[in-house]
Amino acid sequence: MSVEANTPVTKLFEPHFWKDSNRKLEYYLDKMDGYKMAKKVLTEMTPDQVIDEVKKANLRGRGGAGFPMGMKWSFIPKVDKPKYLVINADESEPGTCKDRQIIRYTPHALIEGIIIGSHAIGCKHSYIYIRGEYAREAKLLQEAIDEAYAKGYLGQNILGTQNTLDITIHRGAGAYICGEETGLLNSLEGKRGEPRVKPPFPAVSGAFACPTAVNNVESVATVPFVMRMGGDNFAKLGKIDKSGGTRLISLSGHVNKPGVYEIGAGSMTLRQIIEDLGGGVWKGRKLKAVVPGGSSAPVLSADEIDVVYDVEPLQKVGTMMGSAAIMVCDDTTDMVKLLLRVTKFYAHESCGQCTPCREGCQWMESILHRIVHHPHDGKAKPSDIDMLTDIAGNIGGKTLCALGDAAAGPVISFIKKFRPEFEAYVRGDVKERVRHA
Amino acid sequence: MATTGKVLSEKFYTAMKKLEPRYPNKKALILPALHEAQKEHGWLSKETLEDVANYIGVHPAQIREVASFYTMYNLKPVGKMHLKICTNVACCLRGADELMEYAEKKLAIKCGETTPDGRFTLSEEECLGACTTAPAMMANDDYIENLDINSLSDFIEKNKGGQA
Ligand SMILES: Cc1cc2nc3c(=O)[nH]c(=O)nc-3n(C[C@H](O)[C@H](O)[C@H](O)COP(=O)(O)O)c2cc1C
Ligand code: SF4
Repeated sequence: MSVEANTPVTKLFEPHFWKDSNRKLEYYLDKMDGYKMAKKVLTEMTPDQVIDEVKKANLRGRGGAGFPMGMKWSFIPKVDKPKYLVINADESEPGTCKDRQIIRYTPHALIEGIIIGSHAIGCKHSYIYIRGEYAREAKLLQEAIDEAYAKGYLGQNILGTQNTLDITIHRGAGAYICGEETGLLNSLEGKRGEPRVKPPFPAVSGAFACPTAVNNVESVATVPFVMRMGGDNFAKLGKIDKSGGTRLISLSGHVNKPGVYEIGAGSMTLRQIIEDLGGGVWKGRKLKAVVPGGSSAPVLSADEIDVVYDVEPLQKVGTMMGSAAIMVCDDTTDMVKLLLRVTKFYAHESCGQCTPCREGCQWMESILHRIVHHPHDGKAKPSDIDMLTDIAGNIGGKTLCALGDAAAGPVISFIKKFRPEFEAYVRGDVKERVRHA
Repeated sequence: MATTGKVLSEKFYTAMKKLEPRYPNKKALILPALHEAQKEHGWLSKETLEDVANYIGVHPAQIREVASFYTMYNLKPVGKMHLKICTNVACCLRGADELMEYAEKKLAIKCGETTPDGRFTLSEEECLGACTTAPAMMANDDYIENLDINSLSDFIEKNKGGQA
């Protein structure tokens, strides 16, 4: 994947997926020019130069919010305190399974990214917070970290310099909210993973009350490519303003070829992704709906998918790119049941600190439950539909963290776009019952 | 100088000793300690939580408060083989409900229960992060993906008799 190659580079990660031996250090050194950039950055570049290059690259965070990486790193104050680069490997937004690919097949890109990022912000000990369920991935990652220690890329006097850098894997234990960066930091500190009141922001007071940058796995693993290609060239991989590089997309649900795919940022529409990469809707069926950015993203109906798949275009149509997880629903999908399932998730995962989120999610779940499971005994009422929208409207924007909005958005959008299905339920026109969902 | 607690073995204390230098304070070791402690008996009994509390140097209630926040810490005993079927959106779209129903029938227990012989516990799980290979489940620490009724049935059969 070197810059000198004749064929233009369009994919950074995907060509290295699916072969177990690719995760070894030798492969990273031989085939991906591994650790050369770490060495260069440590010996030839100041932290500010690194940050400038990342800014030029238009590298936006891949965790969900799309915040510019270079900017985030520049917020870390140059104070005389430990500073932490904390990697978010919680990968818990429903639909998302891209960071797992990086950890499995290109773990050294992540480690080299951590070395470069640590230099940029002055971090000497980085933590990788990985969801507890990824036990196998944590083990693979530890093996890669051990390889890096053995070679002197980590530890003391790394890569023959005066720098010190340790990396510690911290395993979560099953809680979606620990993907939220301040919930994650509390969990790292040995507490319940409840999000914190901001300010102070993590850049000022994060892990162990010290300046901290929390970044997604993909965000950081991308940094070595930025340095290899140069920020300007990297930015050009993106085909849209403000988004540089490539995006890993988790495509799931009712498509013929679900998978993790890599595209130039903004280089395809949602329709092209579903048809060209996903091989179209499965079983020869028609498309009904698409959840375009993890289950927190408001749903799109089948006629709304000619939208460029990137942050701003999706915002314009009232949804979001989130963690780039696309879930496709064919025309047999029961949208009411699906919304119940989505809402149940948020009710289960609400940490309970904010009343609107805790109570609202429970209420929405129980109303949806009676709509789906009691349409015939008079428990569900036509007014339930508007009540749902009402409750959702009272959660959004009124909570400590974005989980509240994440729970409200689907309810509002599902009802707005598929209202007749909800009405059919409360009229008692829907017969079939399924235990779950 | 590993001391042993009431129920936790020396292995626990040795593992923790190794981790201590990696954190700026001892409280940060609570999650790793609970993971390590759970390895010993598969769940966290009152005595285990007390040992962890003693080791960290906090009140047992504080450990329970933390442990109860996370679904992976078992505060009740679980079967030898803990099946956690993901029923979140991506898995649901590809038949997770039918799998759950099938598993309940096959094991003759409801979701959330353990078989009388203590071999299987069946749970429903939120998104496992295996959405492009849905439906998926966890069997103890392992992921099993692209599940269907046949492979689920085979898996249960295979783990019924011998070593779980
Ligand atoms: C409820 C909730 C869950 C989140 N889950 C994740 C996650 O699993 N992984 C992740 O990288 N970011 C997640 N985020 C976003 C993080 O808070 C944070 O923005 C991100 O880690 C920053 O990294 P980035 O700038 O590199 O994207 C979540 C946010 C919220 C509100
Ligand atoms: S919005 Fe919900 S999840 Fe977030 S802090 Fe408030 S109660 Fe917790």
